[in-house]
Amino acid sequence: MALDKNGIAKRIAQELKDGWYVNLGIGIPTLVANYIPEGIEVEFQSENGILGMGPFPFEGEEDPDLINAGKQTITARKGAVYFDSATSFAMIRGQHVQLTVLGAMEVSQEGDIANWKIPGKMVKGMGGAMDLVASADNIIVAMMHANKAGESKILKKCTLPLTGVGCVKKIVSDLAVLEVKDGKFHLIERAPGVSVEVIVSLTEGDLVVPDFVPEMEI
Amino acid sequence: MNKVVNNVEEALKGIQDGMTLMLGGFGLCGIPENSIAQLVKMGIKDLTCISNNAGVDDFGLGLLLQQRQIKKMVSSYVGENAEFERQMLSGELEVDLIPQGSLAERCRAGGAGIPAFFTPAGYGTEVAEGKEVRIFNGKPHILETALTADFSIVKAWKGDTEGNLVFKGTARNFNPMMAMAGRITIAEVEELVPAGELDPNFIHTPGIFIQRIFKGEKFEKRIEQRTVRQRN
Repeated sequence: MALDKNGIAKRIAQELKDGWYVNLGIGIPTLVANYIPEGIEVEFQSENGILGMGPFPFEGEEDPDLINAGKQTITARKGAVYFDSATSFAMIRGQHVQLTVLGAMEVSQEGDIANWKIPGKMVKGMGGAMDLVASADNIIVAMMHANKAGESKILKKCTLPLTGVGCVKKIVSDLAVLEVKDGKFHLIERAPGVSVEVIVSLTEGDLVVPDFVPEMEI
Repeated sequence: MNKVVNNVEEALKGIQDGMTLMLGGFGLCGIPENSIAQLVKMGIKDLTCISNNAGVDDFGLGLLLQQRQIKKMVSSYVGENAEFERQMLSGELEVDLIPQGSLAERCRAGGAGIPAFFTPAGYGTEVAEGKEVRIFNGKPHILETALTADFSIVKAWKGDTEGNLVFKGTARNFNPMMAMAGRITIAEVEELVPAGELDPNFIHTPGIFIQRIFKGEKFEKRIEQRTVRQRN
């Protein structure tokens, strides 16, 4: 069965390593914070200016001066720090953040990503996404493999305006874990109960399929 | 050097039609809400506003948009504002969307005497169109220029009579860089204290960047996305 949003977040959380600073984008990536594997410590950076972001506050304890990049009220963990936006993006561009997780509308087999604009329809802006994808060494994209009409979002070439080029190395979708290298997608794992055939049929880009494709363990 | 002005009217003196303003804040967090209300009252038009976001329909910069006081917005993300989207798609409003880190650095550069810098953000996208590309360490970067403003308006938690500022939580965001990049910078603060009361070790923005400071009359501090967890 295809994973739901929480399933995708859970699988991505398995990629976290002890001691990492991690930036989570808006949407599915935010959910990753709920599934940190036991025994490891990571710190979440939010680009509006906090390192050491904690869970949502208890009702009645919301602080309007304490939000994440999605403008949601949050809390700060012990040892947290606040900083300005220039310092925040120095952390990001300077590659001091070890992992970036973000959503995408489309990804291409060259590692290009589109997630900020649908011409004529949706023009919200790129926020910090272009800075994040241009700089991060380690980017995981959380996305649905296909849109509601069943059209693949994992493509030979992106059709929407790009957010960054040649930057995506790994995708966790509702159907599969893919690596992006040498101009091709590589099937690494499939969601529990999802067949290789379904993944192949919903992947428009070139997909390398090994003889054995393990199921995700989540 | 005493930078204190009595009220918001005095603080915003000199702002005129057609000027470029920087306004601090991220979403509705850390925005100079007293000054925005006063700009609405003054009815100043054809403004170019440099601000990470454009408020929501009925708060923050959304109030200026409603009155059609803004000619051009320079922002990184404007998704929470339906009136903004309408004015942009209909061509009434000019919009320059800039990657958030580049926006922050362009403001910082403007205040720091750096005319331009290279960044990898936006390379290969429409943001890079018409911009010089250079390779550093094997990676392409694009040239981004500094931003300055006729007036910068920032919001701080505490300020002293010298204009030294302390911010609270994530309300700091763009305020310190914008404070540096205004030809005249106005700070509205929640608490205004005599010089000497703030510990010089813990001041975020030195008063040299501030020309006028005043205590805001009221701060609504509206929350954009109230998210909570249940107590067990």
